[in-house]
Amino acid sequence: MSANVQRLAPATMPDAKAAAEVFALPTPATRPGSWSKTLASIAANVVPPLVVVALILVIWQILCATPGASLPAPSQVWAEAGELIVSPFFDYGQGDIGLGLRVLISLQRVAIGFGIAALVGVTVGAVIGQSIWAMRGLDPIFQILRTVPPLAWLPLSLAAFMDSAPSAIFVIFITSVWPVIINTAVGVRNIPQDYRNVARILQLNQVEFFFKIMIPAAAPYIFTGLRIGVGLSWLAIVAAEMLTGGVGIGFFIWDAWNSSRLSDIIVALVYIGVVGFILDRLVAAVGAFVTRGTTAN
Amino acid sequence: MTYLRIENVDKQFDRAGQRSEVLKDVSLDIARGEVISIIGHSGCGKSTLLNLIAGLTEVSSGGIQLEGREVNGPGPERAVVFQNHSLLPWLTVYENVNLAVAKVFGKTKTGSERHDWIMQNLDLVQMSHAKDKRPTEISGGMKQRVGIARALAMQPKILLLDEPFGALDALTRAHLQDAVMDIQKRLGSTMIMITHDVDEAVLLSDRIVMMTNGPSARIGEVLPVPLERPRNRIELAGDRTYLKCREAVLKFLYERHRFVEAA
Repeated sequence: MSANVQRLAPATMPDAKAAAEVFALPTPATRPGSWSKTLASIAANVVPPLVVVALILVIWQILCATPGASLPAPSQVWAEAGELIVSPFFDYGQGDIGLGLRVLISLQRVAIGFGIAALVGVTVGAVIGQSIWAMRGLDPIFQILRTVPPLAWLPLSLAAFMDSAPSAIFVIFITSVWPVIINTAVGVRNIPQDYRNVARILQLNQVEFFFKIMIPAAAPYIFTGLRIGVGLSWLAIVAAEMLTGGVGIGFFIWDAWNSSRLSDIIVALVYIGVVGFILDRLVAAVGAFVTRGTTAN
Repeated sequence: MTYLRIENVDKQFDRAGQRSEVLKDVSLDIARGEVISIIGHSGCGKSTLLNLIAGLTEVSSGGIQLEGREVNGPGPERAVVFQNHSLLPWLTVYENVNLAVAKVFGKTKTGSERHDWIMQNLDLVQMSHAKDKRPTEISGGMKQRVGIARALAMQPKILLLDEPFGALDALTRAHLQDAVMDIQKRLGSTMIMITHDVDEAVLLSDRIVMMTNGPSARIGEVLPVPLERPRNRIELAGDRTYLKCREAVLKFLYERHRFVEAA
C-alpha cells in the first residue's frame, strides 16, 4: 500500500500544477465582476459613516447657529480655522506651524516612549510569564499601577528628570508599559506544553527558546497588549503636552484655550481622534501580519 | 543485545501533598531495530513511561540506559512524535523540520547538506510537495507525517511515538501505519509506540508490552509477535498467528485487566 502511495505522489504533482495553471486563465474574465463587487463593498462601508457625519454636522449647525451659543457652529469653525484644516503643514516660524507638523512632533515623542515601553514590556512580561512566583508576586502590583492615570505620574516625573521633554516621554512609557507586560506574561504562560517539549527535546537554549518559540507563540497576546498600549500613549501624550508645553498637538489645545480660539480646539480634536484611530489600526495591521497562521490549530 | 534498558523504574507524582504512584517496578530490555508497542487502558501510565524514556519527566527510582548511558534529560537522540503533532503553526512544513535540523546538525553539516537532509526526510514521509505550506493548511494525517519527518530528521537512536495515530480517522491511520512500517524497514529504526489500538499494536510491533491498570501500573505481560516482515494488513486479516496475538492482547485487556472505572 505504501508503495502505491509513493507511485501516486509524484504523479499527482504535475496534475496539481496543471490545475493551478488552468485556474489562472479564467481570472481576467472574472475581473470586471470582482471589481464592481469590491466597489460595491467599499461603497457599502463608506457611505453610511459619511451620511452620519453629514447628519451630525447639520444638527450641530442648527444647535449652535443661534446668536449667543457658547460653542461655534461648523460654519464658524470653517471660517475661523479653515486654514488649519486645509493646510496641515504650513510653517510661519516662531512655533506657528500647521497641525500636521504638531502631530508629527507628538508622534515622535510617542514613538520613543512607546518604543521603550514595547521593548521593556515584552522582555519583562516574558520573564514574569516564565515564573509562577514572579507572576503571583508582581501581578497585583501591576494591576494597581496600570490604573494610575497618566497625568498623576507627571509631577513625580518632572521632579525626577527636571526637564519637560524626558518627563513627557516617561509619562508615555509608564502609561503604556503595563498592558504590554501583562499581556505578554499571559501569552507566555499560555504557550502549550507541547511546544515546550519540542524545545526541550531539541535542547534549545534560553535565547533560542525566546526568539524561536516564546515570541512567536505569544505574539497574538503581545500585539493585543501593544494595541492597548499605543492607545494609552496617545491619551497620555496629549495630556502631558498640555502641561509641559512645547509645540505638540496637546500644547496647541491648551494654548488655543488660553486665547479662546474654540474653533482651533475643535479642529485639533478631530486631528487627535483620526491619528489615534490610525495608530490603533496600524498596530492591529502589523499584528495581523506578524501573527498570521499563529492562531488556530 | 540490549540497546535500551529500563531497570526497576518507579514513578510517583507529588501533588498538593498527596503522593500518587503511577508506575511500579517497570523493567524492559529493548534490542536495536526492535519495534515495541506499549498498550493499556487510559490512565495506566503509558504516556508517563514514554516521557520517562524521552527524559521529559524524571524517574523516581530505578534507571533508564540507552547504549549503556544513563538517560537524564530530553535530547534529540530520543525523538518524540507527539499525539497532536505539535508542529509550530507559525512555521512552514520545511521550517518546522529545519528547526530540528539546524539545531542538531548546525555544526556538522553545511547549509546545502542540511537542505538535502530536510528534503530527504520530507520525501520519506511523502510531504516534500507541501514544504511551503503552514500546518493550518494541511490535513491531520499530513501534519502527523511532518511530525514524523521532524523526528526522523534528528537522526534519533530511538524513535518514541506517543499515540501517533490516535487523532486520525481509520483510513488515514492505516496509510500512516503502512508508511511507518516502510520507513522502519528502510532505516532499521528502533521504535517505541504507545497505542490503545489492538490491531495497530499487533500489525506494527515485534513485541507488545501490556500494562496493568493504574495506580501503580506494572508491565503485566510481554507478547512477542512472530510475524514475518514486510507485513500486509490484508493478508494478515485471516492469519492464524495474527489472530492468536490479537486474541491474547484482547484477553489481557478485557478479561484479566478490565478497566474498572467508568470512562
